[in-house]
Amino acid sequence: MPKANTINHLPSSPSVDKVGVEERVARFQSRSIKNHAKMQGLKMVLSMIDLTTLEGKDTPGKVRQMCFKAAHLHDGYPDLPNVAAVCVYPSMVRLAKSIVGSHGINVASVSTAFPSGQAPLEVKLTDTKYAVENGADEIDMVISRGKFLAGEYAFVFDEIAAIKEVCGSARLKVILETGELITLDNVRKASDIAIYAGADFIKTSTGKIQPAATLQVTYTMLQAIRDYYDETGQMIGMKPAGGISNAKLALHNLVMVKEVLGQEWLDNKWFRFGASSLANDVLMQIMKTDSGIYQSGDYFTLD
Amino acid sequence: MSTKNNNWEYAASIEGTGHIQLKEKYGLYINGAWVEPQSKAYFSSINPHNEEHLADVAQANDKDIDRAVKAAEKAHREVWSKTTPAERGKYIFRIARLMQEQAKELAVIESLDSGKPIREARDIDIPLACNHFFYYAGWADKLDYAFPNQKKESIGVAGQIIPWNFPLLMAAWKIAPALATGNTVVLKPAETTSLTALKLAEIIDAAGLPPGVVNIVTGFGDTGAAIVAHPMVSKVAFTGSTAVGKLIQKTIAGTDKKATLELGGKSANIIFDDAPLDQAVEGIINGIFFNQGHVCCAGSRLFVQENIADKVIRKLKHRMQSLQIGNPLDKNTDIGAINSADQLEIINKYIEIGRKEGSEFFQVDCALPNKGYYCPPTLFINVAQSSVLAQEEIFGPVLTIQTFRTVDEVIQKANNSPYGLAAGVWTDKGSKIFNLTSKLKAGVVWANTYNKFDPASPFGGYKESGFGREGGLHGLGAYLK
Amino acid sequence: MNRLEVLKTYKIFIGGKFPRTESGRFYKALNANNEPVANICLSSRKDVRNAVQTARKAQGAWQERTAFNRGQILYRIAEILEGRSAQFVEELMLQSFTKKEATVEVESAIDRIVYYAGWCDKFNQVSSTVNPVSSSHFNFSTNESIGLVGVLMPATSSLLDLISYVMPIIAGGNSCVLVASEKLPLTAITFAEVLNTSDVPGGVVNILTGSVEELWSPLSAHMDVNALFIDKASRFRKDIQLAAVDNLKRVREMSADLKTENGQGLAFITAFQELKTTWHPIEKIGGASSSY
Repeated sequence: MPKANTINHLPSSPSVDKVGVEERVARFQSRSIKNHAKMQGLKMVLSMIDLTTLEGKDTPGKVRQMCFKAAHLHDGYPDLPNVAAVCVYPSMVRLAKSIVGSHGINVASVSTAFPSGQAPLEVKLTDTKYAVENGADEIDMVISRGKFLAGEYAFVFDEIAAIKEVCGSARLKVILETGELITLDNVRKASDIAIYAGADFIKTSTGKIQPAATLQVTYTMLQAIRDYYDETGQMIGMKPAGGISNAKLALHNLVMVKEVLGQEWLDNKWFRFGASSLANDVLMQIMKTDSGIYQSGDYFTLD
Repeated sequence: MSTKNNNWEYAASIEGTGHIQLKEKYGLYINGAWVEPQSKAYFSSINPHNEEHLADVAQANDKDIDRAVKAAEKAHREVWSKTTPAERGKYIFRIARLMQEQAKELAVIESLDSGKPIREARDIDIPLACNHFFYYAGWADKLDYAFPNQKKESIGVAGQIIPWNFPLLMAAWKIAPALATGNTVVLKPAETTSLTALKLAEIIDAAGLPPGVVNIVTGFGDTGAAIVAHPMVSKVAFTGSTAVGKLIQKTIAGTDKKATLELGGKSANIIFDDAPLDQAVEGIINGIFFNQGHVCCAGSRLFVQENIADKVIRKLKHRMQSLQIGNPLDKNTDIGAINSADQLEIINKYIEIGRKEGSEFFQVDCALPNKGYYCPPTLFINVAQSSVLAQEEIFGPVLTIQTFRTVDEVIQKANNSPYGLAAGVWTDKGSKIFNLTSKLKAGVVWANTYNKFDPASPFGGYKESGFGREGGLHGLGAYLK
Repeated sequence: MNRLEVLKTYKIFIGGKFPRTESGRFYKALNANNEPVANICLSSRKDVRNAVQTARKAQGAWQERTAFNRGQILYRIAEILEGRSAQFVEELMLQSFTKKEATVEVESAIDRIVYYAGWCDKFNQVSSTVNPVSSSHFNFSTNESIGLVGVLMPATSSLLDLISYVMPIIAGGNSCVLVASEKLPLTAITFAEVLNTSDVPGGVVNILTGSVEELWSPLSAHMDVNALFIDKASRFRKDIQLAAVDNLKRVREMSADLKTENGQGLAFITAFQELKTTWHPIEKIGGASSSY
C-alpha cells in the first residue's frame, strides 16, 4: 500500500488508554538487563545517539567540540561505536558535515522554524532546502501543533508532505512535540498523520518542552509504527528526544523497541535517541559493567 | 552507516535464593506450636520448574484436624472473643508489617514452590497479601460502621481451604477478614503449595498471636474434608474447583455451618471495534497468561467483534512472541511453570481435544526448559460456543477466540455459561460499558482493564462460580452472624 | 327468599393468569375444626415447571424497571390490599383466626409491604460501596438481582408470612415461584388477585398451592432457579439443600419471628442480591490536581 497522498487516505486512529499504557510501560521497566545483554545494549545505545546541540547560543566552537566528541566517544576504550549523527541548526550544518562526514556520522538538521514551527510554509521550505543544500543527511522538522490542536489535520498533513518533497534524499524525521499535544490520543493521531504524510522517522520532542520523551509517549508512537508496518510492510523509524539522560532509561527504550517492533528495528537506521548528555552516562555504565567499579564524571569528557 | 545490532536477547537474571530460610521438614502449626502429625506421614513439596524436592510437609489426618479445631474453638471461646476489637486489629497490623519485612523471602519461596514468575510473586502476590492484612486490620474495631443496627458477632471456628494458584495471597484473603471479625482459624493450603502458608505460620507466631487463634495444617483433599466435616467448624471458606465446592455443600447440608465458596470460571473478555486496541491486547494477554492461566477469573473466552478480529489476532500473536517463558526465578520470565504434573496433564488433554475439534491452533514457537512442567501460551481461533474448550475451565494458558457481530449476541454468548465469576469489556464508549457491565452475569467486571485485584475490592462470583464475597467491606459479612 | 351464595374457586397463579393445576387434582383446605373451607389446587411438578418458565421470562424486565417504579408498584400492592382488607380478615377467620388476630395480621402485612416499597430505591444506596483501590481505577460494588427465587412457605404460615417472604425478593428485582402454605392457602390465592390488580407484571410472582412434600423437590432441583427461600425449621431442609447443590442455588433460611420488627429488614433484600464489582481506569493527565 503506497503512502497516502492526502489526509483522506488516513485510517482512523485507535483510541489509547493511558492507564493501560502506563501498566505496559511498567512491564518494560521491570525487564532486568544484565551482563552481556547489558553491554550489548549499551553499545547499541551509543550507536543510536543523535548527539545534539540546539541552543540560541550555539557557536562554531561549540559545534566543533561536539562533533569531535561524536567521533571520539572514549578513545581509551576499544571497539566503541560512533554515535549515529550530530544534530544542529541549519546554520551549523556545513561546519558539522566538514568534521563528522568522514567518520560515517550523519548530520541532522532541525528545520521548519524549529522549535515553535510558527512560520509560513514558504519560510519552512526555504529553511529545509537550506539545510539539505548545506549537506544535511537528515531533516528534523516540527509539526504545526497549533494547527493540530485547532483540528486542522489536513494542514498538518499537507505541510509534512510538502517538506518531504524538498528533502530529496535526506531522511525526514517529524517532531510531534508531544508535550504540547497533551493526550496520548493526540500523540497517536499525530503519529499517524506524520507517517502517512511521508515521515521516515517520527520523533517525540524538541527538547524545549516538558514533558518530552516519556516512555508512555514513545510506546504510543511505536504502536503507530507497528500498525503501519502491519498494514503496509514498510518500516518507519522512531526517535525519542529530550529527557533520556541515563543509560537505564535508554535500555528500557530498547526493550520497548524490541518487544513492540522487533529486532529489525534495533539498528540506528530505525531507532535514534536525541540527547545531549546520554552518551557519557552510557560510557560510564560500560566502564562499570566491564570493571565492576563505579565511575566518576571527571573521567569522561563533557561536550 | 547502519549498525547491525539485531538479535538482542535478555541475559538470564536469576533471583538469588541464598537469603531464604526453609526447614527440611515442616510439622503442623497447632495451638501456637509446631507439632508432629499423628499420622507420622510427610509428603514432599517440589519445585515445578525442575522437579526438585524443596521440603517435607506433614500430612494431617482426622486426629490432627480434631486437635487443631479444638484448639481454635478453645482460643475463640476463651481468648479471641474476649480480646478487644482494637487489640485484634493491632495483632493483624503486626502480621502485615512482619510480612512486609520478609516480602522478598516470601516472594522467592512462592515462586519456587508454585512455579509462578518471581516478577508476579514479588510485584503482585506478596504485596497484595500484605495489603490484605493491612486493610482488614483497620476494620476490626469498626464493624459497627459496616453493619449499622445489625449487632453482628463472630461465628467461631473458620475452616479455610485454599488453592495452589495464589498460595499466600489466598491465605491472606481467608485469614485477615476472619481474624478482624473475631473468628479463629484452621487453614489448609493446597498440597503442592504449602510452604508460604507455613512461613506465614512462623510470622503469625512471631507476631505473638494467642495460641490456637490461627492453626495451619497441611495435607491433601481428605485433610480438607476432615476440616469441613468437623462439628466444631462453624464456618467453611473454600477457594478451589466447582466440583469440590459442590462436595462441600453436600457435606454441610442440614447443618448450621455457614459457607463461602470461590470456585471456577470461564470468563468472557469482550473486545469491541472502538476499543483502545493495543491496551485491549495487553488485557487479553494479562487476562489469560497471568500466572500461567491458573486464575479462576482468567479471561479464557475471548470475544472479538468480527470486523477487527484479524487485526486483534495478529496483534495478539505478535505480542505473544515477546513473552518470556522459562525459569520462574528469572526476573524476565513472564510465564513460569505449570504448578504440577497433574495440572499439566489436564491442560494438555484439553489442547489435544481442541486440536481434534479442528479449530485453528496457535502456539508460540519457543524453547521450553527440558525439565519441569511447561506449557507454551496457546490460542484456539474460531472456536464454536459449543466446543468443550469454550465451556470447561482449563486453568492453563489456553485461550479460545470467538467472534461476534452485535452487542446482544455477545451478551448472550458471554452469559451462556454455568459460571459467572468475571468478565472484561473493552470499548471507548461509556454508555456501552455500562450497558454491558449491568447485563453480564459476573461478580467482577473489568472495563478497559483485566485481572486487577485489591483488598478493598470485593471479589466473588455468580452462579456456579460460588457465593459470598472476599475483599472490601462486603468480605466481612461472610465471617459474621 | 335467601340468595344463593356464589362460592369462590381457588386456582393457582402463573404468569398473571389463574389456571387450574395441570394435574386436575385438588385437596380440601380445613379450618381448625377440621372442617373443609375450600377446594384447593394440588399443584404438580409440571405446574412448577410452567411457573419457573414464566418467572424466568418476567425477571429481566422486572429488574430493568427503575427502582422508583418498583417502589410505586409495591406501594400500589399495599393500597389494593388495604382496600380489600375486610375480605382478607374474613378469609383468615375462615381459617380459624379470631377477628382481632386477623385484623392485626392484615394490618401488619400492609405495613410490611409499605416498608419494602420504601426500600426499593434505597437498599442499593446503603449497601453499595465505592472502593478505594490502590491503582488508578474507579471501583464500585453494587447490587444486582439474584434472578429467580423459589419460595417454600411453612405449612402453617399465613398472609404476613407470605408478605415477609415475597416482598424483599421482588423489591430487589427478582421474580419468584412460591409454594403457598399447605394448611392456610386461601389468603395466598386471594393475595394473588391483589397482585394481579396492582400493576405487578405477570410472572414476577407466581403462586402454587399444594403439597410441599411433593413440590420441594422439583423446585429445589430446578436448574433455572437461582435461589431458594425456605423456613429454617422445614423438615425438608437438608433435602432441599442437597437438591440445590447441582447449580449452586443460594439457599436462604428464614428464622426470624415475623410478627416482630425482626421479620423485616435490609438483610432480607440483600440476601437475594448478587454483588457486582466494576473496575474502570482513571486517566490522570498533566499537573492539574483537585487540591486548592
